[in-house]
Amino acid sequence: MTTQTMEKKLDFIGEINNLLYASTSNPLSSCIQCGTCSGTCPVAAGGFMSHTPRRIISMIRANRKDETLRANTYWYCASCYQCTVRCPRGIDIAELMYALKRYSIWKTEYGKDLIGPTFSETFVQTIMKSGRSYEPVLATTYLFSFGFQDMLQEAATATGLMLKGRMPLLPPRIKRLENFKRMVRKIVPVEEK
Amino acid sequence: MTKKYAYFPGCSLEKMARSYHESAMETTRALDVELEEIEDWNCCGATTYFNIDELLANTLCARNLAIAEQAKLDVVAPCSGCYKNMHSARKHLKHEPDLMDHINVALAEDDLRFTGTSEVRHLLDVLVRDVGLDEVKKRVRRPLTGLKVAPYYGCQILRPRKDHEDVESPRFFEDLMSAIGADPVEYRLKLRCCGGALLITNREAALSLVRNLLENAVQSGAALIATACPLCQVNLECYQKQVNSEFGTDLNVPVLYFTQLVGLALGIPAGKLGIGSELVSVTPALASAGNGGGGR
Repeated sequence: MTTQTMEKKLDFIGEINNLLYASTSNPLSSCIQCGTCSGTCPVAAGGFMSHTPRRIISMIRANRKDETLRANTYWYCASCYQCTVRCPRGIDIAELMYALKRYSIWKTEYGKDLIGPTFSETFVQTIMKSGRSYEPVLATTYLFSFGFQDMLQEAATATGLMLKGRMPLLPPRIKRLENFKRMVRKIVPVEEK
Repeated sequence: MTKKYAYFPGCSLEKMARSYHESAMETTRALDVELEEIEDWNCCGATTYFNIDELLANTLCARNLAIAEQAKLDVVAPCSGCYKNMHSARKHLKHEPDLMDHINVALAEDDLRFTGTSEVRHLLDVLVRDVGLDEVKKRVRRPLTGLKVAPYYGCQILRPRKDHEDVESPRFFEDLMSAIGADPVEYRLKLRCCGGALLITNREAALSLVRNLLENAVQSGAALIATACPLCQVNLECYQKQVNSEFGTDLNVPVLYFTQLVGLALGIPAGKLGIGSELVSVTPALASAGNGGGGR
């Protein structure tokens, strides 16, 4: 009698392809490395990404998980979807970047100098508490990682907006907040902190 | 005949982009479009939510859509981000009945049920296709003659592709600007990203994107930029000073919402359209078009 065993565990590209379940993307194996994504990405064009989107795809296919997790590429994606609409192979590259953000948060292996992960988590917590977003709370997550000059500039912009009545003073909240929180707990069944 | 929609203002329009909300309400009323605000709507999840949890992000969108479905109305969003999130969530959930069931179990906690009957539209598209350019043209009282305006599409109103629209060289924003008598300028970066939330998470990259865009619009002759998204408006307008100090540029170009420009052309006073809450004054540009907006 032979023993039945489970399929062997997924390789890196398999894990990432699974994370693209929700999009209508073709699998990463269909990439032909043409570089249209990198050529069309406004952030890559400015030289701000450690690896271009094309290179990230080739790294995933080469099973280079650690290097992919150390890249800043997906955290510097602005979700403009230019790569997605232009990819000749129908890979939803912007959704791939979202998938990699989630993956790196689960692994907590993102670069410590990145603002994106903490900002995202605070954003979600704010919405869980009140149902709507509130800029002043969000600002606390990133202002302190700014240099002094940048922080001064940011404060000046905020003051300008406040003088024009464009800054919220009180956090908004929805009316059926208790129902809303119960709804959230049906999806993520944990108690609120 | 009045056309009626469920209106999803989104968080930005509560305060930061109050003028977009005010001008949307005034302008649609003048065009016989009724916007009925979705009762007790919640945040759509912005670009940020999908970084954390996809299922929860789709649930947030589904709640708003389910409320609109109760009113049997299609949804209109003025913000490109809200529009894209709700449009994609609807499409995705309609395609995945199991996921829809799962989310409906959660929505039952708020006595709601999502079925996907309400379509999701962007406000700009409603003006262009539902009201129609001819109708807009007919109602113009104070055409913005001579106003050189750069229609800025940005990203998510077009991308990812929602239907079969032209994502490479759209003209509908230019056409709307022409309908109100303005002179739309052609410029290369009209579909290029403003940086979105990178202004927070990667300031250096975002400021450089904003700079490129503003310079391209101004060098192409624009006296004013028109937007259809609160995040684009804030990035392009409120961060101009920071761009100037970062790059030593001397940019000073006003950025208005398309609803404010349409409203002015329809003869609605500037004050009612939230004009005056800008950090970069629009007065010189509007005066050049012979349209001061008729005071507050």
